[in-house]
Amino acid sequence: MTKLENRRMVIIAAVLVVGLIFIGRLFYIQVVDETYVTSADNQALRFVTKYPARGIVYDRNGHIMVDNQVAFDIMVVPRLIRDLDTLQFCNLLSIDTVLFRERIEKARNYSRYKPSIFQKQLTADEYARIAERLFQFPGFYGQKRSLRIYPDSAAAHVLGYIGEVNRKNIEADSFYRSGDFIGISGLERQYELDLRGRRGQEVLMVDVHNTVQGKYDDGDLDRPAVAGKNLISTLDAELQRYGELLMQNKKGSIVAIEPSTGEVLCLVSAPSYDPNLLVGVKRASNYKLLVQNDSLDPLFNRALMAKYPPGSIFKLIQALVGMDMGVINENTGFVCNKALVGCHNHPSCRNLRQGIQMSCNPYFHQTFKRIINRGTSKNYFEDSALGLAEWHKRVSKFGLGQRLKLDLPSLKSGSVPDVALYDRIYGARRWAFSTIYSVSIGQGELEVVPLQMANLAATIANRGFYIDPHLIRSVRAEDNDSLLNFQRYETDIDTSFFSPVIEAMQWVVEKPGGTARRARTEGITVCGKTGTAENPHGEDHSVFIAFAPKNDPQIAIAVYVENAGFGGTWAAPISSLMIEQYLNGTVQDTLKQTRILEADLIAAEREYEDET
Amino acid sequence: MRTKRNIFEDIDWILVVLFLLLCAFGWSSIYAATYDEMHQSIFDMSRNHGKQLLWIGLALIISLTILLLDNRFFETFAYPLYGIAMTLLLGVLIVGTEIKGAKSWFVFGGFSLQPSEFAKFATALALSKLLSSSENAFAKLSSKVKAIGIILLPALLITLQPDVGSTLVYLSFLIVLYRVGLNQWIFILGFIAIIVFVTALVLKQYEWEIGSWLLSGKIAFMISFTLLAAGVYYLLRKVRGALLVTAISYVGIIGYFLSVDYVFDHVLKPHHQNRINELLGIVSDPTGAGYNVHQSMIAIGSGGFSGKGFLQGTQTKFNFVPEQSTDFIFCTVGEEWGFLGTFVVICLFMALIIRIAWLADQQRSTFTQLYGYSVAGIFFLHFIINIGMTIGLAPVIGIPLPFFSYGGSSLWAFTLLLFTFIKLDSERKYVLR
Repeated sequence: MTKLENRRMVIIAAVLVVGLIFIGRLFYIQVVDETYVTSADNQALRFVTKYPARGIVYDRNGHIMVDNQVAFDIMVVPRLIRDLDTLQFCNLLSIDTVLFRERIEKARNYSRYKPSIFQKQLTADEYARIAERLFQFPGFYGQKRSLRIYPDSAAAHVLGYIGEVNRKNIEADSFYRSGDFIGISGLERQYELDLRGRRGQEVLMVDVHNTVQGKYDDGDLDRPAVAGKNLISTLDAELQRYGELLMQNKKGSIVAIEPSTGEVLCLVSAPSYDPNLLVGVKRASNYKLLVQNDSLDPLFNRALMAKYPPGSIFKLIQALVGMDMGVINENTGFVCNKALVGCHNHPSCRNLRQGIQMSCNPYFHQTFKRIINRGTSKNYFEDSALGLAEWHKRVSKFGLGQRLKLDLPSLKSGSVPDVALYDRIYGARRWAFSTIYSVSIGQGELEVVPLQMANLAATIANRGFYIDPHLIRSVRAEDNDSLLNFQRYETDIDTSFFSPVIEAMQWVVEKPGGTARRARTEGITVCGKTGTAENPHGEDHSVFIAFAPKNDPQIAIAVYVENAGFGGTWAAPISSLMIEQYLNGTVQDTLKQTRILEADLIAAEREYEDET
Repeated sequence: MRTKRNIFEDIDWILVVLFLLLCAFGWSSIYAATYDEMHQSIFDMSRNHGKQLLWIGLALIISLTILLLDNRFFETFAYPLYGIAMTLLLGVLIVGTEIKGAKSWFVFGGFSLQPSEFAKFATALALSKLLSSSENAFAKLSSKVKAIGIILLPALLITLQPDVGSTLVYLSFLIVLYRVGLNQWIFILGFIAIIVFVTALVLKQYEWEIGSWLLSGKIAFMISFTLLAAGVYYLLRKVRGALLVTAISYVGIIGYFLSVDYVFDHVLKPHHQNRINELLGIVSDPTGAGYNVHQSMIAIGSGGFSGKGFLQGTQTKFNFVPEQSTDFIFCTVGEEWGFLGTFVVICLFMALIIRIAWLADQQRSTFTQLYGYSVAGIFFLHFIINIGMTIGLAPVIGIPLPFFSYGGSSLWAFTLLLFTFIKLDSERKYVLR
């Protein structure tokens, strides 16, 4: 029996061995191998991203210019798809099975465990229709998103648009994850950090049927989404809309600024497009249409990026600089000597006011000559260089030849020729006034963008200073406005020199022989200056800058209409309509308005091109 | 013989405490597995945890009743009890209710009873009585035949239900037979049979290319086994009869090896084939045949070292794990209490089984001794199969984890088994033999 007695030890040993094997195995799968933790989280926890509402943009009167609308993405977690009735599912989403397979394949390639977007941006209505049946398809669920909506369909160039982040964005800023939106242009891009808000997350527990069972860890890991900050714009939505209306069938731009603050009241670039075209799923295809199939290039923001010769409006600066440098005064007269430079027929200018009023080219040719050649050096070339340097210093203070600090990306600086530029073109001491005289009347190497023209009007209205033009006045978070700060720039030109110039600008509009009689407006003293910029490629560009009312300027404006002819013909009346609209809230002169609305200068341009 | 003053005198408190700990841990696991915010009351009778509380209460009454019985009751009524159990097993085949494809249940109103659970108890009593009837009874051939008959009869009846899991439990009586002298070669041969079976299945999927020859796993096995047999014979060539023994073993094993495919493909049912394939890693199908084990291991594995905390399990609570309050209850322990919890539960079971086996050997009554081994064997088998299956070491066979799994019948049967032993053991000092 002793042999059998030993067998009890064998039995006990067997129990111990099995127990130790179990403990070893458990130690391995519970402590050593971590893949099970991941698998468990992936199948029982659903990380729901809470997308923040993007900030809203208001105009200066509290009118909403950019709003959000709710949309839903249909998400898929390939790992959780179970017993899928493909046909039924495809019917529900109104897609075909080929597309279905493509998308599932794409999602699988991305990750079997992480959610990816299966169908983008269903509207709230579309989603409501399918939501109640979606639960029948494990692995799929709706994710709330917010899309942009532009109630006025206006100010596309200013507001810009948003789109999904690309790989570059994600690499540059770890804030972003695939599927996030980012501002791509305009204010959306400029104020991205304020507008985007902060993503939140919710960790939910789901059961084997993918039904939500409650919050994980009592919601300890949840973070609410923080809505983006709202922007209070300086734009006047009504004026903006009106400007876009006036510019229909025309190429060019309108920029209006409140002189005392630098607030941009409107910024029109024509032709424009409906910003709602670049929202959501239609964005890519519409963008293509706008870029490829439209020779007028509607995405191009002319107000900030189109560099034009300023033409005769530049004579205002020549007058101010000339007085400041002491080479002329308000009573200086010049004969209209057409041998120097071409001019239209007008009486001789006995003083500066008349020079401006009648926009006399020889007058400013001679003014600029005095600025350049002051006899400070015996060497004629040296003298020209010294004169140009003095001139350049003063002109630059008007914000020309430099990028203004407007809060929009892609702003061009234009150019004001300096000594270095001419030295580069002609060689040092190989140029003189006779080489550069076309600058005197705003042609030649001068390049100005419409915003700078409007800023010039504001600077004159202010009698010598301007404030950073800007589109956003304050950033609002939870009803707390933080006002933004803007810098004031002095031209350092004596205020007294502005009086004759401003008076002349009034004559331009009001006096017989003024070049902008069409800008006269009942009850408002408009001060302006026309320009007709030479255009070697076609009809001249029509230019006008103005401000009003004369004694308490509320609005400074620049209108630039491409290939439209004289400044007084198109740009001036458009300016006056804008001024009237802004100051009076309505337009009395419907005849003037109708004429502008009916003009199709783009068609005219096409005819011109056909003729030549 | 002196009379006992009270029924708690001389009972083994270690076993009682282990029983209570297992029941308590088991019940809390069922509570966690079925927990949801709507049904927090522990007495909610519409939930498994509420009912299990009632079953545990009844189990305590059963245990007290057993302690009140005369200790000679079990030995005396061993055969009649066995007879009743067999009748019930027969009856369930005729008037039983089919649940999940097996006719294993008597249903009275809302209450159901699984006779196969109690048949284990009756079989243990009958087997112990038979083998203790005379000194060294197992040595006689007639006793051997009778003993095997006592085990096979219920096993056969349960197979007819069919309930393969419960049938397999009767393998546990091999421990008793081993203890009373069953030839150990049977175990060794059985072990070899399993190894060869597994080897044959695993090798089937391999193929090697050697030059222009394609060497299949099967051929490779037979070549290496032939070389092995030749080597063994060479070593033993001086021993008389070595050729005969080697030749017989060689033919036997090769024959068995070649028949494995046939047995596997034609005798086993498809779902058994799948489970074995899954266990051996021959196929991996986490959403099909392997779903249960895959989910079970995710649940246990995700518990980590110290677990997710009581009621914090996500895998077990949200039905990722199937049968989570019955066959896969161990997952809840693994997920919510982590390695610490599973370690404790394994230790509790080892302690229970070893304590029973240890006490069994102290008995002066052969009946009690053999009965003790039966109980230890039954617990051991349930322990191996149930926990082994949840951690991917044993095939999926639906048998409960003693005192843990939800269900009245199994809980009472285990209580009956354990307390009968405790009762018999408490009389140890008074038995003169």
